[in-house]
Amino acid sequence: MTLPVVEAPLAEPSLAIDPELAARWLEAFLRDEMLVRRGIGKAILGLSGGIDSALVAYLCARALGPENVYAIRMPYRTSSPSSLSDAQRIVDALGIHAETIEITGAVDGYLAHAPDADPRRKGNVMARMRMLVLFDQSARRGALPVGTGNKTERLMGYFTWHADDTPPVNPIGDLFKTQVWALARHLGVPNEVVDKPPSADLEANQTDESDLGVTYATADKILNLILHGYKDDAIVARGYASAEVRLVRRRVDSTHWKRHLPTTALVSSTAINEFYLRPVDY
Amino acid sequence: MNAALVQFKPRKGDVPGNLALMREVFEQLAPGAPDLIVFPEAALTGYFLEGAVYELAVDAPTMAQRVDAQWRASGAARPCDVVVGFYENVDGTFHNSAIYVRCGLESGVHVVHVHRKMFLPTYGVFDEERFLTRGRQLSVFETAFGTAAILICEDAWHAIMPTVAALKGARLIVVPSASPGRGLSGDGELESNARWKSLLSSAAAEHGVYVLYAGLTGFEGGKGMSGGTCAYSPRGDLIASAGPLDACIVKVQLDPAEVDLARATIPLLGDLSAVLPDLWLDDEILVTRRLEERA
Repeated sequence: MTLPVVEAPLAEPSLAIDPELAARWLEAFLRDEMLVRRGIGKAILGLSGGIDSALVAYLCARALGPENVYAIRMPYRTSSPSSLSDAQRIVDALGIHAETIEITGAVDGYLAHAPDADPRRKGNVMARMRMLVLFDQSARRGALPVGTGNKTERLMGYFTWHADDTPPVNPIGDLFKTQVWALARHLGVPNEVVDKPPSADLEANQTDESDLGVTYATADKILNLILHGYKDDAIVARGYASAEVRLVRRRVDSTHWKRHLPTTALVSSTAINEFYLRPVDY
Repeated sequence: MNAALVQFKPRKGDVPGNLALMREVFEQLAPGAPDLIVFPEAALTGYFLEGAVYELAVDAPTMAQRVDAQWRASGAARPCDVVVGFYENVDGTFHNSAIYVRCGLESGVHVVHVHRKMFLPTYGVFDEERFLTRGRQLSVFETAFGTAAILICEDAWHAIMPTVAALKGARLIVVPSASPGRGLSGDGELESNARWKSLLSSAAAEHGVYVLYAGLTGFEGGKGMSGGTCAYSPRGDLIASAGPLDACIVKVQLDPAEVDLARATIPLLGDLSAVLPDLWLDDEILVTRRLEERA
């Protein structure tokens, strides 16, 4: 007689989320951090036409009311026209305020002095110009800039330092990209936005996944294992390609600095955030 | 005994403003006042203070006077017991404490008990032992309900703590807490809150004690305090509970006879009392000695 065998799979932490619970939690975060802590009831965000900023627009509209959300589209001359139209779908669906501010003149004005700028430098200039515009528009409207960076791009260092990561509050920075997709679908973000390949739209036909060299679906699972303390061989044992595990690990390990404030030389026993410790909301 | 568990949402560091919020809660509860009101851990300051602990911590008599002043100002007609978590300054040594006071007495406020948190979480998002000193004793004390104990937050995560409290005679365990919510995969409930409910239910059922849990709520610099204020019967059943978000009050009635019935039906505490001497005599449970032997 052969008894049936029940074999436990190797443990792997889940990436599943209860989207309604997530939505309520993040809306409460926005209300508490904006209204209760800062007394600011208006949000402003850069609306790219991609899924991250679309999701943040939906969360802000639910948390603060659409009349209190300002979406700024900031195209450069090489930006895809479909990005503008996808952003418009979000604006129309939510009934939020929207304005388009072209950054071509400002970016090209500087780049005229930097003829040797490669695509990476140009992309960083565009990202930092967008943040400059967003903060100025926030001052004009008395609205708080809200960040749209997700956990995957933060961990992979796939963002421009002191640009995309600058807004003082970010509701989705602890959500992996695949969790962003799940939450966006739940909240009714249009399929055209959810289903299109993610792209920084800094160059024609650019996609995130070709830039990164790994799909988000795979990267998220590997990242989640890394963050839970699993070593590379334990991750490979769970069925992931060693080349992809190494790639993801290398990106995380080479970008810790991007997830911190600038390094300050410590010369006293009262150094800020080293000895003099006060929480951000104190 | 009627108890009111307050899911409290303080403003960070705003002690006068939070005392005013406490007074509003007392004003709401004053008509037909309960016998016991429980506030969460660090209720009047917020939980994450880092070095500001040294600015806001007070001694127990000061804390008692502050709470009593709010109760008297609420217009309440009779005395009431109140539990509040606070950062305590004991001659320059700082603790995460909870005070049990009898407010509104003609003779003034009476401090029944102060529990100093013994398990200070210092990992991940938590950094308590960087700023605070551990309490050294788990004591029980007498209330109108009977013998009671206080466990603060991580104290209650160690099964031996409610066990020791029950062995010392506790029939009621009060748990002021401040728990940053995490884990969104649960079915409508934060994973951290589901873990809490499992722990509290097990503690209540194993020892035949009432467990009253009061949680902070509101976001502190991105970290959302997860509320989840609740009460468990001595059989381990959930009597009442609140969600993770928003301030609220959870009212429960406690019946001493329920403790007796639960313990008579499943006499686990009595069994433990009988076996405990054998466990104590087993020198292998001295963890430090075992580690030394392994080394």
